[in-house]
Amino acid sequence: MKKELKIPQIKNGTVIDHINAGNAVKVLHILGIPKSTSSIVSVAMNVKSKFGKKDIVKVENRELDPNEVNKIALIAPKATINFIREYEVAKKHRVELPDEIIGILSCANPTCVSNAKEPVKSRFKIINKDPPRVKCYYCERELEDIAERII
Amino acid sequence: MQYFLIPMNFEGRDIISIKDFSKKEINYILEYSKEMVDYAKGKKQNNLLKGKVLSSLFFEPSTRTRLSFNSAMNRLGGRIIGFSDPSGTSQKKGESLADTVRMADAYSDAIVIRHPHEGAARLAAEFAEVPVLNAGDGAGRHPTQCLLDLFTIITEKKKIKNKKIILLGDLKYGRTVHSIAYALSLYGAELTFVSPSSLKMPNEVINECRELGSEPTSTANLEKAIKDADVLYVTRIQKERFPDAEEYNRVVGTYKIDNSLLERAKKDLVVMHPLPRTTEIDSEVDSTHHAVYFKQAFNGVPVRMALLSLVMGGKL
Repeated sequence: MKKELKIPQIKNGTVIDHINAGNAVKVLHILGIPKSTSSIVSVAMNVKSKFGKKDIVKVENRELDPNEVNKIALIAPKATINFIREYEVAKKHRVELPDEIIGILSCANPTCVSNAKEPVKSRFKIINKDPPRVKCYYCERELEDIAERII
Repeated sequence: MQYFLIPMNFEGRDIISIKDFSKKEINYILEYSKEMVDYAKGKKQNNLLKGKVLSSLFFEPSTRTRLSFNSAMNRLGGRIIGFSDPSGTSQKKGESLADTVRMADAYSDAIVIRHPHEGAARLAAEFAEVPVLNAGDGAGRHPTQCLLDLFTIITEKKKIKNKKIILLGDLKYGRTVHSIAYALSLYGAELTFVSPSSLKMPNEVINECRELGSEPTSTANLEKAIKDADVLYVTRIQKERFPDAEEYNRVVGTYKIDNSLLERAKKDLVVMHPLPRTTEIDSEVDSTHHAVYFKQAFNGVPVRMALLSLVMGGKL
């Protein structure tokens, strides 16, 4: 049986695959789409796969930088990032949360020193990678809604 | 003592959170604190920190913590610079905490800091070469209080393991109870959390206790819980930590420790309180053998003497 693609192949750009079903919109938010790009962005949600349902995002003419990849790992820890060049997968890698993330999230605690006017970037320890759980390095509070606190 | 057979080196170490220390290290600090008691009482003298200067940066009011750190440094022969009210400093002109800490770092051999922002001591440690001791950061951590609480329980009860310990009062906003719940779990105490339902111990803290093998129980019923308790650790319901006055007024005065309540308790129950207290412990309790909160406050001196001398390299 011929396999049918839910969204068309792209010539150049990035395909973010294996996003937890329902999280594609949050990924778009992290990437600043639509503001950050004028190229075509395709989204497929609840696509059937070997591991249940997943979402897929295809961004044309843009390759993500490592900082953006880390951000995606915070809400889609199983995602894979494929860089497409001339319709071929030029590079493929799985997102992986580091042990610590700096300057990506802001602490939800209004009295945390990282929210005061001090010359430091926000800093979070990863206490669980999948599902992601993070704790502020400064005030030690756990973030309840990670997606909401992405800078 | 056994722990002195393998001396530990704490020189240059920051004291930010009790969680930064292993049980073995905490044991060592507590044993070393015991050695300091006679010096803290002035029965013996030493000059372990002669020539050393401590910066004492208190951005929030304090009685016991500030005075006991001052007393500890003086008892060790060192000197103190600093402030107890930031209104006379360049903070008033908008200077960052980081820059204030850089100055204290240049002028002293260690820094003690109390600040209203959670994480302030951790930030201070990033900007200081000299050791930083956290004397309370907002509703966050207060490790030296935690150590003196452990020291008090061990002094009064010989051990912590399997002791039935009640943490009472504001378990939601109270800065000392979160650290002490963690530390007591590390030592295998049987914990009961007693609070009004709106001031319950946060789940995050309960989960941490469980990860250490403790199975704390929560209740609002103090009269029942007190019957077989060994230690009753009372905390003040702190008006300054409440988001609104209405919520404060609803819960203040929920629990009151007085002699009639203590009649239901075991004879050797000890009542602790980090102080200051307001109305939660009636003054009639002060003269009973249950009351150890003033001894507890004294214990801040030997424990802080131990910490100061350890981090600045003074050895007995």
